[in-house]
Amino acid sequence: MAFLLETKAVVKQFGEFRAVDRVDFRVQEGEVLALIGSNGAGKTTLVNLISGLLTADAGQILFRGDDVTQHPVKERIRAGIARSFQLVNLFDQLSALDNVALAIFSRQGKTRRLLSLADGDRPVWAEATEILALFRLEAKARMLAGGLSQGERKLLDVAIAYALKPKLLFLDEPTSGVSTREKAPIMDTIAKVVRSERISAAIIEHDMDVVFSYSDRIVAMHQGTILADGTPDEIRRDERVTTTLIGTPEPPR
Amino acid sequence: MSTVSSVIIPTRSPMRRLWYAVPVLVLLLVMPWVADQYQTILLAYGLVMAIAALGFNLLLGYTGLLSFGHSAYFGVGAYAVAMMVKYLGVSSMELHLLGAIGASVLITAIFGVACVRYTRIFFGILTMALSQVLWSLAFKFFWVTGGTDGLRVPTPTLLAGTVRMPAGAGGDKQSFLAYRYYYYVLVLFLICVAIMWVIVNSPFGRALQAIRDNETRAQFIGIPIWRYRWVAFMLSGVFTGIAGALWVPLNGLTTPDILHWTFSGKIVFMAVLGGFRTFVGPIVGAVVYNYLESYAVGYTVYWQLFLGVILVVLVLSLPTGIVGTIERVMMRRRSS
Repeated sequence: MAFLLETKAVVKQFGEFRAVDRVDFRVQEGEVLALIGSNGAGKTTLVNLISGLLTADAGQILFRGDDVTQHPVKERIRAGIARSFQLVNLFDQLSALDNVALAIFSRQGKTRRLLSLADGDRPVWAEATEILALFRLEAKARMLAGGLSQGERKLLDVAIAYALKPKLLFLDEPTSGVSTREKAPIMDTIAKVVRSERISAAIIEHDMDVVFSYSDRIVAMHQGTILADGTPDEIRRDERVTTTLIGTPEPPR
Repeated sequence: MSTVSSVIIPTRSPMRRLWYAVPVLVLLLVMPWVADQYQTILLAYGLVMAIAALGFNLLLGYTGLLSFGHSAYFGVGAYAVAMMVKYLGVSSMELHLLGAIGASVLITAIFGVACVRYTRIFFGILTMALSQVLWSLAFKFFWVTGGTDGLRVPTPTLLAGTVRMPAGAGGDKQSFLAYRYYYYVLVLFLICVAIMWVIVNSPFGRALQAIRDNETRAQFIGIPIWRYRWVAFMLSGVFTGIAGALWVPLNGLTTPDILHWTFSGKIVFMAVLGGFRTFVGPIVGAVVYNYLESYAVGYTVYWQLFLGVILVVLVLSLPTGIVGTIERVMMRRRSS
């Protein structure tokens, strides 16, 4: 079966410490999967390797059958891999609308244009407005990204990645640092967009309620390797996962 | 995708702000007729430095890179003119400008490759070090550059030789500089301002601001960071090189002083004084600094100390620069 993304024995070493140890990780077209594991399990490092922030020491990363292991970030984005960040990464001195519009300009190869006015490109602003509306940020369009609340910043971070029209979207802890009350609306918004556009998504998450509610499949990592891989029900019943990661022998249903 | 009721278009188009520029433009146009020649030439110096500061601020204000080496590009522009006169006998100002643009593109392209991989203090130190290399070359290769004596440059012809300084007894250089050359500088200044305004408001300009705000995120929306910084570096250097070329006829002499890092410091100061977070800040800063320096020199032999104290007081009292402070005061008034 052809996978959208497939890593083969990917390795990343930091000095003596092997953060990712011969990992075979796969994502299918259209699925939403959760990547779980304790701190230091290698989840973010694996996403960094796939998105191009880090280079793998060994192994292969295949995206839609093409070997992208050595590709620079720009080419991976063009191929259809986008990501958001655990610590929100925005253009703080630009408006929320500008943040999204920039991703569109970049996707369309228009950031090379020196002698035309950005504000005059109506289709880009129309698309940026629509995307902000999808992420319920329309009312904040003109606000500087630096002035948004943490929950809004998290959503904007995902909106920027979404504006690149990815085929595979990595979301690194999209609800970290936001209040419990805000988590469900944020995840509902993201899940709705991702599912309606049939974008494959891999979500790194610590909150098990979020993980079990929103994902089709769960991959559990531990000490740089994959501990378990299965549907939410299978993971719930997996003793290794419950004892190592969730911490209770019989997790609540 | 859901449809939304209306497209939100950014409303920063400063067409309304252009009205503020009208009285300033009128003042600039009538200057030679209402002020004496000395004042007009002083303003021409200010406008030339404003072009340099405008170029400099594409890096500092829009790309987030503090260059301490812009004297290099100013000097390259000026020396390109001086050498075209000395070795090629070219007297047309338009050819001088083309030569200065070519030379500054070449130098910034080479220096840029080395510099744009770095940011913050590392970028600043590297740009400064490279400018000092050019300064020492101008200093040591005296048989080519004239060393500390510099190269004397006669007044050029303007507009493809159609406007020239009258020869003989009527050939008053001061008058030529205060009228014809002043307007020449003014037109080029306006062209440079217009081009820079379009650049900073273009998608490319917006991408530079993205790089300034968050390099990692900019990389992850597919912006090639180094390449864009390199292009910004070249554009910035070319504007400063044009300023260097326009400065030569005013000064009549090109010396290594303009390649020295202290001259870069002046350009930095102009941008900070005017306010580097605004488009017009560096322009205002350059003109104001130029007046301050000229009057300080005439006022006391300890002018550097005097000027230093004034500048420290100004920066402490106006941390966002002259234009930044004016904008803040106006916004406060509007909201109250």
